[in-house]
Amino acid sequence: MSELVNGKGLSLIPKADAKQSLKDFKSDQEVRWCPGCGDYAILAAVQSFLPELGLRRENIVFVSGIGCSSRFPYYLNTYGFHSIHGRAPAIATGLAASRPDLSVWVITGDGDALSIGGNHLIHALRRNVNLNILLFNNRIYGLTKGQYSPTSEVGKITKSTPMGSLDKPFNPISLAIGAEASFVARTLDSDRKHLQSVLREATAHRGTSLVEIYQNCNIFNDNAFEPLKDPGLRDDITLKLEHGQPIASASKAVVRAANGGIEVVARDGVSDEQILVHDAHNPDPSLAFALSRLDEPAFEHVPIGVFRQVERPAYDVLMAEQLDEAVDRQGPGDLSELLLGGDTWRIG
Amino acid sequence: MTKQVQQLDRVIIRFAGDSGDGMQLTGDRFTAGTAEFGNDLSTLPNFPAEIRAPAGTLPGVSSFQLHFADHDILTPGDAPNVLVAMNPAALKANLGDLPRGADIIANTDEFTKRNLQKVGYDGNPLEDDTLAEWRVHAVPLTSLTVRSLEGFDLSKKDAERSKNMFALGLLSWLYHRPTEHTISFLEQKFAKKPEIAKANIAAFQAGWNYGETTESFSVSYEIKPAKLAPGVYRNISGNQALAYGLIAASVQSKLPLFLGSYPITPASDILHELSKHKRFGVRTFQAEDEIAGVGAALGAAFGGSLGVTTTSGPGVVLKGETVGLAVMTELPLILVDVQRAGPSTGMPTKTEQTDLLMAMFGRNGESPVPIVAPSTPSDCFDAAIEAARIAVKYRTPVYLLSDGYLANGSEPWRLPEIDELPDISTEFAVPTGEEFQPYQRDTETLARPWAVPGTAGLEHRIGGIEKADGSGNISYDPGNHDHMVRLRQAKIDGIDVPALEVDDPTGDAGVLVLGWGSTYGPIAAAVRRIRKSGGKVAQAHLRHLNPLPANTGEVLKKYDKVLLPEINLGQLALLLRARFLVDIISYNRVRGLPFKAEELAGVIQDVIDGGEQGV
Repeated sequence: MSELVNGKGLSLIPKADAKQSLKDFKSDQEVRWCPGCGDYAILAAVQSFLPELGLRRENIVFVSGIGCSSRFPYYLNTYGFHSIHGRAPAIATGLAASRPDLSVWVITGDGDALSIGGNHLIHALRRNVNLNILLFNNRIYGLTKGQYSPTSEVGKITKSTPMGSLDKPFNPISLAIGAEASFVARTLDSDRKHLQSVLREATAHRGTSLVEIYQNCNIFNDNAFEPLKDPGLRDDITLKLEHGQPIASASKAVVRAANGGIEVVARDGVSDEQILVHDAHNPDPSLAFALSRLDEPAFEHVPIGVFRQVERPAYDVLMAEQLDEAVDRQGPGDLSELLLGGDTWRIG
Repeated sequence: MTKQVQQLDRVIIRFAGDSGDGMQLTGDRFTAGTAEFGNDLSTLPNFPAEIRAPAGTLPGVSSFQLHFADHDILTPGDAPNVLVAMNPAALKANLGDLPRGADIIANTDEFTKRNLQKVGYDGNPLEDDTLAEWRVHAVPLTSLTVRSLEGFDLSKKDAERSKNMFALGLLSWLYHRPTEHTISFLEQKFAKKPEIAKANIAAFQAGWNYGETTESFSVSYEIKPAKLAPGVYRNISGNQALAYGLIAASVQSKLPLFLGSYPITPASDILHELSKHKRFGVRTFQAEDEIAGVGAALGAAFGGSLGVTTTSGPGVVLKGETVGLAVMTELPLILVDVQRAGPSTGMPTKTEQTDLLMAMFGRNGESPVPIVAPSTPSDCFDAAIEAARIAVKYRTPVYLLSDGYLANGSEPWRLPEIDELPDISTEFAVPTGEEFQPYQRDTETLARPWAVPGTAGLEHRIGGIEKADGSGNISYDPGNHDHMVRLRQAKIDGIDVPALEVDDPTGDAGVLVLGWGSTYGPIAAAVRRIRKSGGKVAQAHLRHLNPLPANTGEVLKKYDKVLLPEINLGQLALLLRARFLVDIISYNRVRGLPFKAEELAGVIQDVIDGGEQGV
């Protein structure tokens, strides 16, 4: 197996000659989200983060599906493909699998990724295609004007559910870990520093990285993530996941529970040694999965950061290796030889 | 004992048995020997969708028909001269197709009371006068096979499994087929199980020797090699030719081939074949579903690959949305639809031409897509290159409509000279110094530039939302939309396709028989019959269904009557009537099987004689 398999995420992508700035990544298109939408903050964070990568702009491609978030590619001066509902991971898979020299990003929302495109998402994750998937989760359908989404809480009153929604929501982090994802993280639209730190780790990972971004829809589901933003609450309920660091907030800590699982307890009731130390690289996904279930009931304590990051060969590299191996074994393809293969006979 | 040898000009053999009896393999090997011998040939495999249907039942019967001759032939033949029936079900399922006087070679060991009852025979047809019209050769194939393998360390069941090779040996003797290839084939196939290889070879040779010595067969037959055009030949099926055509298109376009596909009968063999040729830089991606298959192919096309997806009817339905996106983003994409009998799951292993209108119109909005249809198994090679040529030159998705009959049928193929294949290479867009306009068109082809990621200065965004002409920016302007709808249509209408050629040897036929796709063989064979008996008839075959050749209307209007046989309920007829106001006479049968030449000859004669109803 080549050294690239375990190389860093950007090693195959050509580097820019000159230093870049935020301006280089802004397109000339007018941004058309509702005033106050969380998407603006994410766009600004991404635009100011991309120069840091130092990649050739022409080797970056943003692929999206359908929905408010999927307008994202138009606003970046890179290559972009605004595709069809739910199919961005499939289209991006073909692109990334055939072009290991590209940095391919998928921009999607909770409806796009988890409803109509759920199948493509889980298969991209298990294949470990070289993609950075940014899942904007606002727990509502925005572009179709306010129906409940697959991440809406049970009992959500919306236009299509006047008596409350009945379906149990997906937890995107649990879903991704269950789908064999090699990189899974959660961050918040309004915390640019954290968001960019997660993007930094996601881009350094070769393979599929799934980043759930809690994003506020101020029109149809305003303040959905307010507890995480409220200065009086956030420091207590936010459990920042950092590899090698104890998992704790100002007042809470995660410890091993007597039943073998994990639980959140008051920080001052336990010693430092008892607090669980985060191991994002643990090959066993069960602890990362348990962490993803901590915010039940919602917003009592919410882990954010990188839940899981394990090294696994990326699909594009494996595919390219098979082509190279075929050439090594049999030599490069020769059309005339191909046609003459099998039983032939000559007439005349 | 010297046996009599009789000369024949052509023979049609049908091997029939249980789906587990290895009839397809037997047919394939007989075909290989026949091809090697130099006869012209055409084959028709016919098998159930179930991998192992209940043994001994009518639905479980699998057959393989082979027509071979000392002259060029066009179809797998209407009615077998010889039926090899491995059990009562195989006899009963195929008897209706046998003309009086045909030979039946029946495996008597399987004509047990229980097996006979399973298919509703009261008595044993081999012993009463049920088969009086035919020449019956009752051969205990199973027990002869077992006896010939007595020296081998095999269970009785394993020994019995070689009975198809015994049958192949017998038929190979009967028709003077060469044996070397079958022997080396068996050695290779069972290289890891030498005992099984030896047993199969022994059974094969025992079958041959049985023919030589038994009194059941007093005559053997010789069919001289056919006088075909000079060249190097090989036998090829439609799916294999199509896969090779895609590889050739990749080489000739200098674009890496990317196949995104989901397994589906009868298209899967194209995926299997392409996955063997990675040394050509071919990437094959088995997707999670049909939608992801075409999505990945389109993504790869955006990145500068020759993007291909392969499927059959039910898969096409799922891909429609992505095809629309390819129309809107004007990227090259090849959509291979190996048509099968529908609707819904229909009859997956049976053939039909019922997806023409879906390929033509099966998308939302005004969404034109070019359509190319191969006419014979080997023509799938050229048709694939032609589809790629159009896709790449005009930056458009293209439908390639094969079908189950072409896919699994085979014929000798005269190999093309590589340097005679068309150059279908294209240029990616390069920066000109001016602001890049992703929807600025080539004035001749109306194609937009293909600017692939990695090209500095051409960064741009595309998508499914309507584009402003030139800039490609999102546009909801009413006038722009009307203009763009017409532009996309004009681009497809303007594709250069060769003129429709008419074969009208006397120049004064009143009836034109028109066809498209896989009906070529039966129509051409029927036309020959009419002409042989002194009748006059013209023939034309459409390879391009969209756009149609420029002279199509002119050709249709030149004849008093136009007869159009289709394996659907008149899909092309509907298009031609609407477009040219010509009163086409349709002939339609949708039985999951190709037309028979004799059947079509009767229809043509009827139309010549004044009949108007295609029925």
